[in-house]
Amino acid sequence: MKRAVLCSWFAIGLFLLALPLPAQQAPATSSPASASAASPQTSKEVSDRLAQLDQRVTAAQAAGDNAWMLTSAALVLMMTGPGLALFYGGLVRRKNTLAIMMQSFAMMGLISVLWALVGYSLAFGGDGPIIGNFSHAFLRGVGMEPNLDYAGTIPHLTFMIYQMMFAVITPALITGASAERMKFSGTVLFMTLWFFVVYAPLAHMVWGKGGFLNAAGGRFPCLDFAGGTVVHISSGVSALVCALYMGKRIGFPKQPMPPHSLVLSFIGACLLWVGWFGFNAGSALAANGLAASAFVATHLGAAAAAIGWSVAEWFKNGKASALGAISGAVAGLVAITPAAGFVRPMPAMVIGLAAGVLCYFMVTRVKALFGYDDALDAFGVHGAGGTIGALLTGVFAQQIVNPIFGPNNPVGGRDGHWAQVGNQLVGVLVAWGFALVGTIVILKITDLVTGFRANEEQEMEGLDISQHGEEAYYLES
Amino acid sequence: MMKLEAIIQPSRFESVKDALHEVGIEGMTVTEVRGHGRQKGHTEVYRGREYTVDLLPKIKLEMVLPDKLVNTVVDTILKTAKTGKIGDGKIFISRVEEAIRIRNEERGESAL
Repeated sequence: MKRAVLCSWFAIGLFLLALPLPAQQAPATSSPASASAASPQTSKEVSDRLAQLDQRVTAAQAAGDNAWMLTSAALVLMMTGPGLALFYGGLVRRKNTLAIMMQSFAMMGLISVLWALVGYSLAFGGDGPIIGNFSHAFLRGVGMEPNLDYAGTIPHLTFMIYQMMFAVITPALITGASAERMKFSGTVLFMTLWFFVVYAPLAHMVWGKGGFLNAAGGRFPCLDFAGGTVVHISSGVSALVCALYMGKRIGFPKQPMPPHSLVLSFIGACLLWVGWFGFNAGSALAANGLAASAFVATHLGAAAAAIGWSVAEWFKNGKASALGAISGAVAGLVAITPAAGFVRPMPAMVIGLAAGVLCYFMVTRVKALFGYDDALDAFGVHGAGGTIGALLTGVFAQQIVNPIFGPNNPVGGRDGHWAQVGNQLVGVLVAWGFALVGTIVILKITDLVTGFRANEEQEMEGLDISQHGEEAYYLES
Repeated sequence: MMKLEAIIQPSRFESVKDALHEVGIEGMTVTEVRGHGRQKGHTEVYRGREYTVDLLPKIKLEMVLPDKLVNTVVDTILKTAKTGKIGDGKIFISRVEEAIRIRNEERGESAL
Protein backbone atom coordinates (compact mmCIF):
# COMPACT_ATOMS: atom_id res chain seq x y z
CA MET A 1 0.00 0.00 0.00
CA LYS A 2 2.71 2.39 1.07
CA ARG A 3 4.63 1.41 -2.03
CA ALA A 4 1.68 2.15 -4.25
CA VAL A 5 1.33 5.61 -2.76
CA LEU A 6 5.02 6.26 -3.19
CA CYS A 7 4.88 5.05 -6.76
CA SER A 8 2.00 7.31 -7.64
CA TRP A 9 3.76 10.30 -6.09
CA PHE A 10 6.84 9.38 -8.06
CA ALA A 11 4.81 9.11 -11.24
CA ILE A 12 3.23 12.51 -10.62
CA GLY A 13 6.65 13.97 -9.96
CA LEU A 14 7.95 12.52 -13.20
CA PHE A 15 4.95 13.86 -15.02
CA LEU A 16 5.56 17.34 -13.74
CA LEU A 17 9.23 17.16 -14.57
CA ALA A 18 8.65 15.76 -18.01
CA LEU A 19 5.99 18.24 -19.00
CA PRO A 20 6.98 21.52 -17.43
CA LEU A 21 4.95 23.81 -19.66
CA PRO A 22 1.60 22.01 -19.75
CA ALA A 23 1.97 21.27 -16.06
CA GLN A 24 2.19 24.95 -15.28
CA GLN A 25 -0.89 25.59 -17.33
CA ALA A 26 -2.73 22.71 -15.72
CA PRO A 27 -4.09 24.54 -12.64
CA ALA A 28 -5.94 26.98 -14.93
CA THR A 29 -8.01 24.23 -16.52
CA SER A 30 -8.34 21.78 -13.66
CA SER A 31 -8.60 24.01 -10.59
CA PRO A 32 -10.73 22.59 -7.73
CA ALA A 33 -13.60 24.83 -8.72
CA SER A 34 -13.86 23.54 -12.27
CA ALA A 35 -12.87 19.92 -11.47
CA SER A 36 -16.40 18.94 -10.53
CA ALA A 37 -17.63 20.11 -13.89
CA ALA A 38 -14.95 18.34 -15.92
CA SER A 39 -16.00 18.19 -19.52
CA PRO A 40 -15.45 15.04 -21.64
CA GLN A 41 -12.72 17.00 -23.39
CA THR A 42 -10.70 17.44 -20.17
CA SER A 43 -10.91 13.79 -19.26
CA LYS A 44 -9.68 12.90 -22.74
CA GLU A 45 -6.85 15.32 -22.21
CA VAL A 46 -5.98 13.61 -18.92
CA SER A 47 -6.02 10.16 -20.45
CA ASP A 48 -3.85 11.41 -23.31
CA ARG A 49 -1.37 12.78 -20.84
CA LEU A 50 -1.39 9.54 -18.89
CA ALA A 51 -0.67 7.62 -22.07
CA GLN A 52 2.13 10.03 -22.81
CA LEU A 53 3.46 9.57 -19.30
CA ASP A 54 3.34 5.84 -19.73
CA GLN A 55 5.39 6.13 -22.88
CA ARG A 56 7.92 8.32 -21.18
CA VAL A 57 8.32 5.97 -18.24
CA THR A 58 8.87 3.09 -20.66
CA ALA A 59 11.37 5.16 -22.60
CA ALA A 60 13.24 6.04 -19.40
CA GLN A 61 13.47 2.39 -18.42
CA ALA A 62 14.59 1.45 -21.91
CA ALA A 63 17.31 4.09 -21.78
CA GLY A 64 18.60 2.77 -18.44
CA ASP A 65 18.52 -0.84 -19.60
CA ASN A 66 20.17 -0.03 -22.88
CA ALA A 67 22.96 1.94 -21.19
CA TRP A 68 23.73 -0.97 -18.89
CA MET A 69 23.54 -3.58 -21.63
CA LEU A 70 25.85 -1.70 -23.99
CA THR A 71 28.26 -1.26 -21.09
CA SER A 72 27.98 -4.95 -20.29
CA ALA A 73 28.68 -5.90 -23.90
CA ALA A 74 31.86 -3.81 -23.78
CA LEU A 75 32.84 -5.42 -20.46
CA VAL A 76 32.45 -8.90 -21.91
CA LEU A 77 34.60 -7.98 -24.90
CA MET A 78 37.21 -6.72 -22.43
CA MET A 79 37.30 -10.22 -20.95
CA THR A 80 38.68 -11.63 -24.21
CA GLY A 81 40.98 -8.76 -25.01
CA PRO A 82 42.91 -7.86 -23.02
CA GLY A 83 41.64 -10.02 -20.11
CA LEU A 84 42.03 -13.57 -21.34
CA ALA A 85 44.85 -12.65 -23.72
CA LEU A 86 46.93 -11.34 -20.82
CA PHE A 87 45.93 -14.13 -18.46
CA TYR A 88 46.96 -16.81 -20.95
CA GLY A 89 49.80 -14.72 -22.37
CA GLY A 90 51.59 -14.61 -19.04
CA LEU A 91 51.20 -18.34 -18.46
CA VAL A 92 53.01 -19.49 -21.59
CA ARG A 93 56.73 -19.47 -22.22
CA ARG A 94 58.14 -16.28 -23.63
CA LYS A 95 58.45 -17.63 -27.18
CA ASN A 96 54.69 -18.27 -27.44
CA THR A 97 53.33 -15.08 -25.92
CA LEU A 98 52.09 -13.33 -29.04
CA ALA A 99 50.73 -16.55 -30.52
CA ILE A 100 48.43 -17.24 -27.60
CA MET A 101 47.35 -13.60 -27.40
CA MET A 102 46.68 -13.62 -31.12
CA GLN A 103 44.51 -16.72 -30.76
CA SER A 104 42.22 -14.72 -28.48
CA PHE A 105 42.35 -11.59 -30.57
CA ALA A 106 41.64 -13.51 -33.76
CA MET A 107 38.33 -14.60 -32.23
CA MET A 108 37.41 -10.94 -31.73
CA GLY A 109 37.65 -10.56 -35.48
CA LEU A 110 36.59 -13.95 -36.79
CA ILE A 111 33.68 -14.83 -34.52
CA SER A 112 32.29 -11.30 -34.58
CA VAL A 113 31.96 -11.46 -38.35
CA LEU A 114 30.56 -15.00 -38.36
CA TRP A 115 28.07 -14.00 -35.67
CA ALA A 116 26.76 -11.12 -37.74
CA LEU A 117 26.59 -13.18 -40.93
CA VAL A 118 24.70 -16.24 -39.68
CA GLY A 119 25.75 -17.14 -36.13
CA TYR A 120 23.26 -14.91 -34.37
CA SER A 121 20.45 -16.28 -36.47
CA LEU A 122 21.46 -19.89 -35.84
CA ALA A 123 21.52 -19.26 -32.10
CA PHE A 124 18.58 -16.92 -31.65
CA GLY A 125 16.47 -17.14 -34.81
CA GLY A 126 13.38 -19.35 -35.04
CA ASP A 127 12.12 -21.70 -32.33
CA GLY A 128 13.49 -25.17 -33.07
CA PRO A 129 14.53 -27.48 -30.23
CA ILE A 130 18.19 -27.87 -31.34
CA ILE A 131 19.16 -24.97 -33.55
CA GLY A 132 17.78 -21.69 -34.87
CA ASN A 133 17.26 -20.80 -38.50
CA PHE A 134 18.36 -18.25 -41.07
CA SER A 135 15.63 -15.70 -40.38
CA HIS A 136 18.14 -13.17 -38.99
CA ALA A 137 20.99 -14.05 -41.36
CA PHE A 138 23.06 -10.98 -42.23
CA LEU A 139 21.27 -9.33 -39.29
CA ARG A 140 18.07 -9.06 -41.28
CA GLY A 141 15.33 -7.75 -39.00
CA VAL A 142 17.76 -6.88 -36.25
CA GLY A 143 17.19 -3.20 -35.60
CA MET A 144 16.44 -0.64 -32.94
CA GLU A 145 13.12 -2.17 -31.95
CA PRO A 146 13.31 -4.71 -29.12
CA ASN A 147 13.09 -8.43 -29.80
CA LEU A 148 10.18 -9.34 -27.53
CA ASP A 149 11.20 -13.02 -27.42
CA TYR A 150 14.37 -12.20 -25.49
CA ALA A 151 14.65 -8.69 -24.12
CA GLY A 152 11.67 -6.41 -24.36
CA THR A 153 13.27 -3.17 -23.23
CA ILE A 154 16.50 -2.98 -25.21
CA PRO A 155 17.09 -2.64 -28.93
CA HIS A 156 17.42 -5.92 -30.75
CA LEU A 157 20.84 -4.72 -31.88
CA THR A 158 21.95 -4.41 -28.27
CA PHE A 159 20.85 -7.95 -27.49
CA MET A 160 22.61 -9.20 -30.61
CA ILE A 161 25.95 -7.50 -29.86
CA TYR A 162 25.83 -8.53 -26.20
CA GLN A 163 25.38 -12.18 -27.16
CA MET A 164 28.13 -11.78 -29.76
CA MET A 165 30.69 -11.11 -27.04
CA PHE A 166 29.86 -14.46 -25.43
CA ALA A 167 30.38 -16.21 -28.74
CA VAL A 168 33.76 -14.46 -29.05
CA ILE A 169 35.20 -15.47 -25.70
CA THR A 170 34.03 -19.08 -25.70
CA PRO A 171 36.32 -20.48 -28.41
CA ALA A 172 39.14 -18.31 -27.10
CA LEU A 173 38.96 -20.21 -23.80
CA ILE A 174 39.78 -23.47 -25.61
CA THR A 175 43.15 -22.16 -26.73
CA GLY A 176 44.43 -22.56 -23.17
CA ALA A 177 44.55 -26.35 -23.54
CA SER A 178 46.26 -26.44 -26.91
CA ALA A 179 48.62 -23.59 -26.07
CA GLU A 180 52.23 -23.58 -27.24
CA ARG A 181 51.71 -26.15 -30.00
CA MET A 182 48.65 -25.28 -32.09
CA LYS A 183 49.28 -23.75 -35.47
CA PHE A 184 47.51 -20.59 -36.43
CA SER A 185 45.89 -21.85 -39.64
CA GLY A 186 44.55 -24.85 -37.74
CA THR A 187 43.23 -22.55 -35.01
CA VAL A 188 41.30 -20.42 -37.47
CA LEU A 189 39.69 -23.39 -39.22
CA PHE A 190 38.99 -25.28 -36.00
CA MET A 191 37.36 -22.29 -34.32
CA THR A 192 35.22 -21.50 -37.36
CA LEU A 193 33.88 -25.06 -37.46
CA TRP A 194 33.55 -25.24 -33.68
CA PHE A 195 31.51 -22.08 -33.61
CA PHE A 196 28.97 -23.54 -36.04
CA VAL A 197 28.94 -27.13 -34.83
CA VAL A 198 29.13 -26.68 -31.06
CA TYR A 199 28.53 -23.12 -29.91
CA ALA A 200 25.58 -21.98 -32.02
CA PRO A 201 23.42 -25.09 -31.43
CA LEU A 202 24.23 -25.23 -27.72
CA ALA A 203 23.41 -21.55 -27.27
CA HIS A 204 20.09 -22.17 -29.00
CA MET A 205 19.26 -25.28 -26.98
CA VAL A 206 19.84 -23.50 -23.67
CA TRP A 207 18.89 -19.89 -24.38
CA GLY A 208 17.03 -19.90 -27.69
CA LYS A 209 13.26 -19.80 -28.00
CA GLY A 210 11.97 -23.37 -28.20
CA GLY A 211 15.36 -24.83 -27.21
CA PHE A 212 14.86 -28.16 -25.45
CA LEU A 213 17.07 -27.13 -22.49
CA ASN A 214 15.61 -23.63 -22.21
CA ALA A 215 14.66 -22.85 -18.62
CA ALA A 216 11.54 -21.12 -19.87
CA GLY A 217 9.49 -23.87 -21.42
CA GLY A 218 12.12 -26.37 -22.63
CA ARG A 219 11.66 -30.14 -22.41
CA PHE A 220 14.40 -30.25 -19.74
CA PRO A 221 14.43 -26.76 -18.23
CA CYS A 222 18.10 -26.23 -17.46
CA LEU A 223 19.08 -23.16 -15.44
CA ASP A 224 22.03 -21.45 -17.04
CA PHE A 225 21.98 -17.77 -16.24
CA ALA A 226 25.11 -16.63 -18.06
CA GLY A 227 26.72 -19.62 -19.72
CA GLY A 228 27.87 -22.39 -17.39
CA THR A 229 26.95 -25.01 -19.96
CA VAL A 230 26.99 -22.93 -23.14
CA VAL A 231 30.30 -21.20 -22.48
CA HIS A 232 32.32 -23.01 -19.83
CA ILE A 233 31.42 -26.68 -20.11
CA SER A 234 31.43 -26.50 -23.88
CA SER A 235 34.83 -24.81 -24.09
CA GLY A 236 36.35 -26.72 -21.16
CA VAL A 237 35.39 -30.16 -22.44
CA SER A 238 36.43 -29.29 -25.99
CA ALA A 239 39.72 -28.09 -24.54
CA LEU A 240 40.29 -31.48 -22.93
CA VAL A 241 39.59 -33.22 -26.23
CA CYS A 242 42.06 -30.92 -27.99
CA ALA A 243 44.74 -31.59 -25.38
CA LEU A 244 44.26 -35.34 -25.66
CA TYR A 245 44.09 -35.31 -29.44
CA MET A 246 47.18 -33.16 -29.91
CA GLY A 247 49.33 -34.83 -27.33
CA LYS A 248 51.79 -33.22 -25.02
CA ARG A 249 54.11 -30.37 -25.71
CA ILE A 250 57.63 -31.46 -26.53
CA GLY A 251 59.41 -31.97 -23.23
CA PHE A 252 56.27 -32.15 -21.08
CA PRO A 253 56.28 -33.01 -18.22
CA LYS A 254 60.04 -33.44 -17.73
CA GLN A 255 61.17 -30.04 -18.89
CA PRO A 256 60.23 -27.10 -16.72
CA MET A 257 57.70 -24.82 -18.39
CA PRO A 258 57.01 -22.13 -15.83
CA PRO A 259 54.82 -19.13 -16.72
CA HIS A 260 56.97 -16.43 -18.28
CA SER A 261 55.20 -13.50 -16.61
CA LEU A 262 52.73 -13.88 -13.80
CA VAL A 263 52.47 -10.11 -13.78
CA LEU A 264 50.67 -10.24 -17.13
CA SER A 265 48.48 -13.09 -15.88
CA PHE A 266 47.67 -11.13 -12.76
CA ILE A 267 46.48 -8.10 -14.71
CA GLY A 268 44.54 -10.37 -17.04
CA ALA A 269 42.79 -12.16 -14.19
CA CYS A 270 41.79 -8.86 -12.60
CA LEU A 271 40.36 -7.66 -15.92
CA LEU A 272 38.46 -10.93 -16.23
CA TRP A 273 36.97 -10.43 -12.78
CA VAL A 274 35.75 -6.93 -13.65
CA GLY A 275 34.55 -7.98 -17.09
CA TRP A 276 32.60 -10.81 -15.52
CA PHE A 277 30.20 -8.29 -13.99
CA GLY A 278 29.09 -7.54 -17.54
CA PHE A 279 28.97 -11.25 -18.31
CA ASN A 280 26.80 -12.25 -15.33
CA ALA A 281 24.98 -9.14 -14.15
CA GLY A 282 24.44 -8.18 -17.78
CA SER A 283 22.69 -11.51 -18.32
CA ALA A 284 19.70 -10.03 -16.49
CA LEU A 285 19.30 -8.18 -19.81
CA ALA A 286 18.14 -5.12 -17.88
CA ALA A 287 19.42 -2.68 -15.27
CA ASN A 288 17.19 -4.12 -12.58
CA GLY A 289 17.28 -5.82 -9.18
CA LEU A 290 18.15 -9.15 -10.72
CA ALA A 291 21.26 -7.58 -12.26
CA ALA A 292 22.27 -6.32 -8.82
CA SER A 293 21.68 -9.75 -7.33
CA ALA A 294 23.79 -11.41 -10.03
CA PHE A 295 26.51 -8.79 -9.59
CA VAL A 296 26.77 -9.51 -5.86
CA ALA A 297 26.68 -13.30 -6.36
CA THR A 298 29.42 -13.04 -8.98
CA HIS A 299 31.71 -11.01 -6.79
CA LEU A 300 31.24 -13.18 -3.72
CA GLY A 301 31.65 -16.37 -5.74
CA ALA A 302 34.99 -15.16 -7.08
CA ALA A 303 36.17 -13.98 -3.68
CA ALA A 304 35.29 -17.22 -1.92
CA ALA A 305 36.95 -19.28 -4.66
CA ALA A 306 40.17 -17.27 -4.45
CA ILE A 307 40.20 -18.06 -0.74
CA GLY A 308 39.31 -21.73 -1.35
CA TRP A 309 42.15 -22.33 -3.80
CA SER A 310 44.65 -20.37 -1.71
CA VAL A 311 43.85 -22.26 1.49
CA ALA A 312 44.06 -25.63 -0.28
CA GLU A 313 47.42 -24.63 -1.69
CA TRP A 314 48.65 -23.27 1.61
CA PHE A 315 47.87 -26.60 3.23
CA LYS A 316 49.54 -28.54 0.46
CA ASN A 317 52.67 -26.46 -0.24
CA GLY A 318 52.97 -24.29 2.80
CA LYS A 319 52.57 -21.18 0.66
CA ALA A 320 49.68 -19.32 -0.93
CA SER A 321 50.80 -18.26 -4.40
CA ALA A 322 49.62 -15.35 -6.53
CA LEU A 323 48.98 -17.73 -9.42
CA GLY A 324 46.84 -19.86 -7.11
CA ALA A 325 44.79 -16.91 -5.90
CA ILE A 326 44.04 -15.62 -9.40
CA SER A 327 43.33 -19.12 -10.73
CA GLY A 328 40.93 -19.65 -7.86
CA ALA A 329 39.12 -16.40 -8.59
CA VAL A 330 38.66 -17.40 -12.23
CA ALA A 331 37.41 -20.85 -11.18
CA GLY A 332 34.87 -19.18 -8.90
CA LEU A 333 33.72 -16.82 -11.64
CA VAL A 334 33.23 -19.80 -13.92
CA ALA A 335 31.22 -21.75 -11.34
CA ILE A 336 29.00 -18.84 -10.37
CA THR A 337 28.19 -18.08 -14.02
CA PRO A 338 25.18 -20.42 -14.37
CA ALA A 339 24.00 -19.61 -10.84
CA ALA A 340 24.49 -15.84 -10.71
CA GLY A 341 20.88 -14.89 -11.41
CA PHE A 342 19.28 -17.61 -9.29
CA VAL A 343 21.09 -17.73 -5.96
CA ARG A 344 21.37 -15.53 -2.90
CA PRO A 345 24.71 -14.19 -1.66
CA MET A 346 25.53 -16.89 0.92
CA PRO A 347 25.00 -19.83 -1.44
CA ALA A 348 27.07 -17.92 -4.01
CA MET A 349 29.98 -18.07 -1.59
CA VAL A 350 29.45 -21.79 -1.07
CA ILE A 351 29.53 -22.37 -4.82
CA GLY A 352 32.70 -20.30 -5.14
CA LEU A 353 34.44 -22.05 -2.29
CA ALA A 354 33.57 -25.48 -3.68
CA ALA A 355 34.82 -24.50 -7.13
CA GLY A 356 38.07 -23.08 -5.76
CA VAL A 357 38.94 -26.29 -3.95
CA LEU A 358 37.70 -28.62 -6.70
CA CYS A 359 39.57 -26.83 -9.48
CA TYR A 360 42.75 -26.77 -7.41
CA PHE A 361 42.41 -30.51 -7.08
CA MET A 362 41.70 -30.89 -10.81
CA VAL A 363 44.74 -28.98 -12.05
CA THR A 364 47.17 -30.40 -9.51
CA ARG A 365 46.12 -33.98 -8.84
CA VAL A 366 43.77 -35.14 -11.56
CA LYS A 367 45.86 -33.71 -14.38
CA ALA A 368 49.01 -35.32 -13.01
CA LEU A 369 47.17 -38.60 -12.52
CA PHE A 370 46.04 -38.87 -16.13
CA GLY A 371 49.04 -37.09 -17.59
CA TYR A 372 47.22 -35.05 -20.25
CA ASP A 373 48.83 -31.76 -21.17
CA ASP A 374 46.06 -29.20 -20.66
CA ALA A 375 48.73 -26.52 -20.89
CA LEU A 376 46.92 -23.62 -19.21
CA ASP A 377 44.20 -25.68 -17.49
CA ALA A 378 41.26 -24.71 -19.66
CA PHE A 379 39.57 -27.99 -18.75
CA GLY A 380 40.61 -27.99 -15.11
CA VAL A 381 39.15 -24.53 -14.58
CA HIS A 382 36.36 -24.10 -17.14
CA GLY A 383 35.25 -27.70 -17.63
CA ALA A 384 35.35 -28.65 -13.96
CA GLY A 385 34.24 -25.26 -12.64
CA GLY A 386 31.40 -25.06 -15.17
CA THR A 387 30.18 -28.54 -14.29
CA ILE A 388 30.11 -28.08 -10.54
CA GLY A 389 28.56 -24.63 -10.99
CA ALA A 390 25.78 -25.99 -13.22
CA LEU A 391 24.93 -28.76 -10.76
CA LEU A 392 25.05 -26.53 -7.67
CA THR A 393 22.78 -24.07 -9.46
CA GLY A 394 20.11 -26.77 -9.28
CA VAL A 395 20.72 -27.08 -5.57
CA PHE A 396 20.78 -23.42 -4.58
CA ALA A 397 18.44 -21.69 -7.07
CA GLN A 398 15.61 -19.89 -5.32
CA GLN A 399 12.29 -18.59 -6.48
CA ILE A 400 12.73 -15.51 -4.30
CA VAL A 401 15.69 -14.44 -6.44
CA ASN A 402 14.31 -15.36 -9.83
CA PRO A 403 10.81 -16.84 -10.19
CA ILE A 404 11.67 -18.29 -13.56
CA PHE A 405 9.16 -21.14 -13.35
CA GLY A 406 6.27 -18.82 -12.45
CA PRO A 407 5.39 -16.62 -9.47
CA ASN A 408 4.80 -19.36 -6.89
CA ASN A 409 6.69 -22.30 -8.31
CA PRO A 410 9.81 -23.61 -6.60
CA VAL A 411 13.02 -23.34 -8.61
CA GLY A 412 15.88 -25.34 -7.10
CA GLY A 413 16.64 -27.72 -4.26
CA ARG A 414 16.56 -24.91 -1.70
CA ASP A 415 12.90 -24.44 -2.63
CA GLY A 416 12.29 -28.17 -2.29
CA HIS A 417 12.39 -28.76 -6.05
CA TRP A 418 15.21 -31.30 -6.10
CA ALA A 419 14.17 -32.53 -9.52
CA GLN A 420 15.90 -29.42 -10.82
CA VAL A 421 19.26 -31.03 -10.06
CA GLY A 422 18.22 -33.74 -12.50
CA ASN A 423 17.42 -31.13 -15.14
CA GLN A 424 20.80 -29.54 -14.53
CA LEU A 425 22.41 -32.94 -14.96
CA VAL A 426 20.69 -33.37 -18.31
CA GLY A 427 22.00 -29.98 -19.37
CA VAL A 428 25.51 -30.88 -18.21
CA LEU A 429 25.47 -34.23 -19.99
CA VAL A 430 24.16 -32.75 -23.23
CA ALA A 431 26.83 -30.04 -23.13
CA TRP A 432 29.56 -32.59 -22.39
CA GLY A 433 28.36 -34.97 -25.09
CA PHE A 434 27.90 -32.28 -27.67
CA ALA A 435 31.32 -30.78 -27.01
CA LEU A 436 33.05 -34.17 -27.00
CA VAL A 437 31.57 -35.49 -30.23
CA GLY A 438 31.57 -32.17 -32.04
CA THR A 439 35.19 -31.45 -31.18
CA ILE A 440 36.44 -34.89 -32.23
CA VAL A 441 34.74 -34.58 -35.62
CA ILE A 442 36.04 -31.05 -36.12
CA LEU A 443 39.57 -32.01 -35.12
CA LYS A 444 39.58 -34.79 -37.72
CA ILE A 445 38.43 -32.38 -40.40
CA THR A 446 40.92 -29.72 -39.35
CA ASP A 447 43.73 -32.23 -39.35
CA LEU A 448 42.88 -33.26 -42.90
CA VAL A 449 42.61 -29.74 -44.27
CA THR A 450 45.23 -27.56 -42.57
CA GLY A 451 46.71 -29.69 -39.82
CA PHE A 452 46.27 -28.73 -36.22
CA ARG A 453 49.58 -29.09 -34.51
CA ALA A 454 52.70 -27.14 -35.36
CA ASN A 455 55.62 -29.32 -36.44
CA GLU A 456 58.48 -30.05 -34.11
CA GLU A 457 60.77 -27.41 -35.50
CA GLN A 458 58.10 -24.72 -35.27
CA GLU A 459 57.23 -25.71 -31.74
CA MET A 460 60.85 -25.59 -30.60
CA GLU A 461 61.43 -22.25 -32.26
CA GLY A 462 58.28 -20.89 -30.67
CA LEU A 463 54.96 -20.05 -32.23
CA ASP A 464 55.60 -16.31 -32.20
CA ILE A 465 58.32 -16.58 -34.80
CA SER A 466 57.13 -19.70 -36.63
CA GLN A 467 53.45 -18.73 -36.92
CA HIS A 468 53.49 -14.95 -36.89
CA GLY A 469 57.01 -13.89 -37.81
CA GLU A 470 57.52 -11.66 -34.79
CA GLU A 471 58.67 -11.68 -31.21
CA ALA A 472 56.90 -10.51 -28.08
CA TYR A 473 60.07 -9.20 -26.48
CA TYR A 474 62.67 -7.91 -28.89
CA LEU A 475 65.44 -7.44 -26.40
CA GLU A 476 68.07 -6.05 -28.78
CA SER A 477 65.99 -3.11 -29.91
CA MET B 1 98.87 -7.15 -12.80
CA MET B 2 96.22 -9.45 -11.41
CA LYS B 3 92.69 -10.19 -12.50
CA LEU B 4 90.19 -10.61 -9.74
CA GLU B 5 86.80 -12.21 -10.34
CA ALA B 6 84.36 -12.23 -7.48
CA ILE B 7 80.99 -13.94 -7.58
CA ILE B 8 78.78 -12.54 -4.86
CA GLN B 9 75.21 -12.39 -3.61
CA PRO B 10 73.17 -9.80 -5.51
CA SER B 11 71.94 -8.41 -2.18
CA ARG B 12 75.52 -7.54 -1.16
CA PHE B 13 76.50 -5.85 -4.40
CA GLU B 14 75.78 -2.25 -3.44
CA SER B 15 77.78 -2.50 -0.20
CA VAL B 16 80.71 -4.15 -1.96
CA LYS B 17 80.74 -1.54 -4.69
CA ASP B 18 80.65 1.35 -2.21
CA ALA B 19 83.41 -0.15 -0.08
CA LEU B 20 85.61 -0.67 -3.16
CA HIS B 21 85.12 2.95 -4.16
CA GLU B 22 86.27 3.96 -0.70
CA VAL B 23 89.55 2.05 -1.00
CA GLY B 24 90.16 3.72 -4.36
CA ILE B 25 88.99 1.21 -6.94
CA GLU B 26 87.86 3.19 -9.94
CA GLY B 27 86.99 0.61 -12.54
CA MET B 28 85.10 -2.62 -12.53
CA THR B 29 82.94 -4.70 -14.86
CA VAL B 30 79.75 -6.17 -13.45
CA THR B 31 77.63 -8.95 -14.91
CA GLU B 32 74.39 -10.50 -13.73
CA VAL B 33 75.00 -14.21 -13.84
CA ARG B 34 73.35 -17.44 -12.77
CA GLY B 35 75.02 -20.41 -11.22
CA HIS B 36 75.58 -22.48 -8.16
CA GLY B 37 78.34 -24.02 -6.15
CA ARG B 38 77.47 -25.95 -3.06
CA GLN B 39 74.34 -23.99 -2.47
CA LYS B 40 71.22 -25.96 -3.32
CA GLY B 41 68.52 -24.18 -5.32
CA HIS B 42 64.93 -23.69 -4.28
CA THR B 43 61.63 -25.14 -5.38
CA GLU B 44 58.93 -23.20 -7.20
CA VAL B 45 55.38 -24.51 -7.59
CA TYR B 46 53.07 -23.43 -10.41
CA ARG B 47 49.60 -24.97 -10.21
CA GLY B 48 50.99 -28.05 -8.53
CA ARG B 49 53.96 -28.50 -10.88
CA GLU B 50 57.20 -28.27 -8.98
CA TYR B 51 60.34 -26.89 -10.51
CA THR B 52 63.71 -26.99 -8.83
CA VAL B 53 65.56 -23.82 -9.61
CA ASP B 54 69.21 -24.70 -9.07
CA LEU B 55 70.85 -21.89 -11.03
CA LEU B 56 70.58 -18.92 -8.76
CA PRO B 57 71.12 -15.28 -9.63
CA LYS B 58 74.55 -13.90 -8.68
CA ILE B 59 76.64 -10.86 -9.47
CA LYS B 60 80.06 -11.27 -11.02
CA LEU B 61 82.61 -8.47 -10.50
CA GLU B 62 85.71 -8.38 -12.66
CA MET B 63 88.67 -6.11 -12.01
CA VAL B 64 92.25 -6.02 -13.22
CA LEU B 65 94.45 -4.55 -10.50
CA PRO B 66 98.06 -3.53 -9.90
CA ASP B 67 99.65 -6.20 -7.69
CA LYS B 68 99.91 -3.91 -4.66
CA LEU B 69 96.14 -3.36 -4.50
CA VAL B 70 95.10 -7.02 -4.63
CA ASN B 71 95.19 -7.69 -0.90
CA THR B 72 93.23 -4.55 -0.02
CA VAL B 73 90.56 -5.44 -2.53
CA VAL B 74 90.31 -9.03 -1.38
CA ASP B 75 89.98 -7.89 2.24
CA THR B 76 87.30 -5.37 1.33
CA ILE B 77 85.26 -7.92 -0.57
CA LEU B 78 85.59 -10.51 2.17
CA LYS B 79 84.44 -7.98 4.72
CA THR B 80 81.46 -6.62 2.81
CA ALA B 81 80.18 -9.59 0.79
CA LYS B 82 80.04 -12.05 3.65
CA THR B 83 76.70 -13.03 5.15
CA GLY B 84 78.05 -16.26 6.63
CA LYS B 85 75.60 -18.45 4.78
CA ILE B 86 76.14 -20.94 1.99
CA GLY B 87 75.92 -19.12 -1.32
CA ASP B 88 78.09 -16.10 -0.47
CA GLY B 89 80.22 -16.78 -3.53
CA LYS B 90 83.92 -17.03 -4.37
CA ILE B 91 86.89 -14.95 -5.42
CA PHE B 92 89.26 -16.08 -8.17
CA ILE B 93 92.60 -14.39 -8.78
CA SER B 94 94.78 -14.90 -11.84
CA ARG B 95 97.80 -13.25 -13.45
CA VAL B 96 97.25 -10.93 -16.41
CA GLU B 97 99.81 -10.77 -19.21
CA GLU B 98 99.02 -7.41 -20.66
CA ALA B 99 96.57 -4.53 -20.56
CA ILE B 100 96.08 -2.08 -23.41
CA ARG B 101 94.01 1.07 -23.38
CA ILE B 102 92.29 1.24 -26.74
CA ARG B 103 92.08 5.05 -26.88
CA ASN B 104 95.81 5.80 -26.70
CA GLU B 105 97.41 2.36 -26.84
CA GLU B 106 98.98 2.74 -23.39
CA ARG B 107 100.21 -0.57 -22.04
CA GLY B 108 100.78 -2.24 -18.68
CA GLU B 109 99.64 -0.95 -15.31
CA SER B 110 99.24 2.60 -16.59
CA ALA B 111 96.48 1.31 -18.84
CA LEU B 112 94.42 0.22 -15.84
